[in-house]
Amino acid sequence: MKRFRFDSLILPLIGFALVVAAWYLSSSTWAKELPSPSKTWEASRDYVLKPFEKRGEMDQGILRFTWYSLQLVAKGYFLALVIGTPIGFLLGLSATFTRIFDPIIQILRPVSPLAWLPLGLVLFMGAGKSASELGALFTIAICSMWPTVLNTAVGVRAVPQDYLNVARVLKLSRSKTLFKVLIPATLPYMFTGFRLSLGIAWLVIVAAEMLTGRPGVGGFLWQEYNALVYEHIILCILTIGFVGFGLDRLMSLIEGRFKTG
Amino acid sequence: MPFLALQGVSKGFGPTNQRTEVLHDVHLSLEKGEFVAIVGYSGAGKTTLLNLIAGLSRPDSGTVTLNDLEITSPGPDRGVVFQNYSLLPWLTVAENIRLAVDQAFPNWSAARKEQHVEQHISKVNLLPARDRKPAQLSGGMRQRVSLARALAMDPQILLLDEPLGALDALTRATLQDEISRIWQENQKTVVLITNDPDEGIYLADRIIPLTAGPRATLGPSIPVEIPRPRDRRALNHDPHFKAIRRQVFDFMLASRSANRVAITRKLVLPDLEPEDLEQPRYPLGRRTPLRRHEIKRETVELP
Repeated sequence: MKRFRFDSLILPLIGFALVVAAWYLSSSTWAKELPSPSKTWEASRDYVLKPFEKRGEMDQGILRFTWYSLQLVAKGYFLALVIGTPIGFLLGLSATFTRIFDPIIQILRPVSPLAWLPLGLVLFMGAGKSASELGALFTIAICSMWPTVLNTAVGVRAVPQDYLNVARVLKLSRSKTLFKVLIPATLPYMFTGFRLSLGIAWLVIVAAEMLTGRPGVGGFLWQEYNALVYEHIILCILTIGFVGFGLDRLMSLIEGRFKTG
Repeated sequence: MPFLALQGVSKGFGPTNQRTEVLHDVHLSLEKGEFVAIVGYSGAGKTTLLNLIAGLSRPDSGTVTLNDLEITSPGPDRGVVFQNYSLLPWLTVAENIRLAVDQAFPNWSAARKEQHVEQHISKVNLLPARDRKPAQLSGGMRQRVSLARALAMDPQILLLDEPLGALDALTRATLQDEISRIWQENQKTVVLITNDPDEGIYLADRIIPLTAGPRATLGPSIPVEIPRPRDRRALNHDPHFKAIRRQVFDFMLASRSANRVAITRKLVLPDLEPEDLEQPRYPLGRRTPLRRHEIKRETVELP
C-alpha cells in the first residue's frame, strides 16, 4: 500500500516541483520578462479564486472563460463527428470512394487551423454578427474531423471477414449489417478517432479565439499579452492544459461505457 | 433425385493469366438426413468447397443445387458453423442466437423466439452461460454456441467447416460426442469438413477424401457401416473401422505423393559468398557483399 501511494502521488508531485523550480530559475536568470511563479499567483488569484465572476466582457473568472470556449468546441466538435463519421464509413466500404477522395483528404489534412480561419471568416462574411462564430465553427470542424474520418475508415476495413460472412449467411439487410455488425465492430477505432479529434478541436479553439478576439481562454490570453500582463498568459496556458487533460479523461470514461471491443 | 448435388464444379482464384484452380470437376450427391464427412489436407480447398455449398461464393463452372434449386447466395436454409466460431463479441450467447432466429423466423412472436433460443441453448448444455459474452467462454463453449446458432435457424442442411480444428484433442472428443448426440436427435443433413479422418469416420455415414491441391477433386465415397451409437473406445478394435481408416489414409497419402512427383523446380542459388560479419566491411574492406563470379583467384591448400 505504501509503495502504491509513493508511486502514484509523490512521483508526479516531484515532477510538478521540478517544473516549477525550472520556471523560477528561468524567470530569475535568462528570461527576465517571464513572471516568477509567485508573481503569477499574485496576479491570477482573483481569476482563479473567483472563477465565475463577471467584472467586464474581457475581465471574468477563469471558469467563465473556459465555459465560453467549451461551448464553441462542443458545437464544432459535434459538427466534425457528424460529418466525419459517415465519410469515414464510405471510405472504408468503397475502394472507388477512397480513390476519388483520398488525395484531397491527404492534401487538406496538414493545413493548420491558422490558415483555415481567415477562409472561414471570408466564407461567412455575409452573416454579419455571427461571422466570427461561424468562421470559428468551420475551422474547428474542418481541422478536427480528419482523425475521425481516417480512424473510422481503418476500422471499417479491419472488420474481420468472418463477421461479414455471418451477416451474409444470416441474410442481414444492408442497414442491419451496418447497425448490428459494422458499427459495433468499428466502435473501438471510432473512439480512437473521437479522442484525437477532441484534442485537436480544443487546440483549434484557442487559436481561433486568439485570431478573432472572441471571449474565451484564447481571447483572454491574447488580450493580456497585448496589455502586457504576462502572468495571465501562464494562467491561460495552465488552464488550457488542465481542461484538455480533463476532456481526454472524459472521453476515456465514455469509451469505457460503450466497450464493444 | 439427390438432396444436395454438386455437378462438375470447378473453382479457381486469381487473374485470368495466373489462375490457381483450387477445385477441379467436383461431383457430390447427398440424400436427406445423411451425415457426410469430407477429409482433406489443410489448404487443399475444403473451405472453398464449403463456401460453394453455402453460397458464399459461386463456382467457375458446374452447378450446386439444393432440392433441385441452384444455390446463388447464402441464406438461413444452409446453416454454417465456421472454423473460427464467428460469434459477434459484443452480443451475449442468447443475443447471438436470437439474431439468427430473428432472421430465420421474422414472423414469430417475441415469446416464441425467446423459447426457441432457450431450447437451443439447453440443447448444447449452455444454459448457465446464456448471458455471457464470447470473450468469457472457452473455445469449446464458443463452438457450441456457434452450433446452437446454426441449428436455431432450422436449416435444411448443416455445414460444419472444420468446427473442432481450433480446439485441443480432449475438448474435441467431448464435442464430437455432442455433435453425434445432437445429430441423432434431429437427423439433419450434415456436411462435415475435417482434416482428421478419425473424426470423420466416428461421426459420419460416409467419408469422402479430397485429393491434395491444387486442382483438388473428391475421391471415392467410402461408406461407414458401423452401427450407431458408436463407442469411441471400442472403435479402436473394430476391424471395419481399421479398414476404412487404412483406405482413407492410403488414398490421401497417395494423392499427396502423386502431386509431389509432378513438381520439378529449377533452383537458383544466390550468388553470394559467405563472409565473417564480425569484421567491418569498410573503410578498408569491401563495400558490397562478395559475389561468386567476382572471385578471380582462389587458393586451395592440398593436404
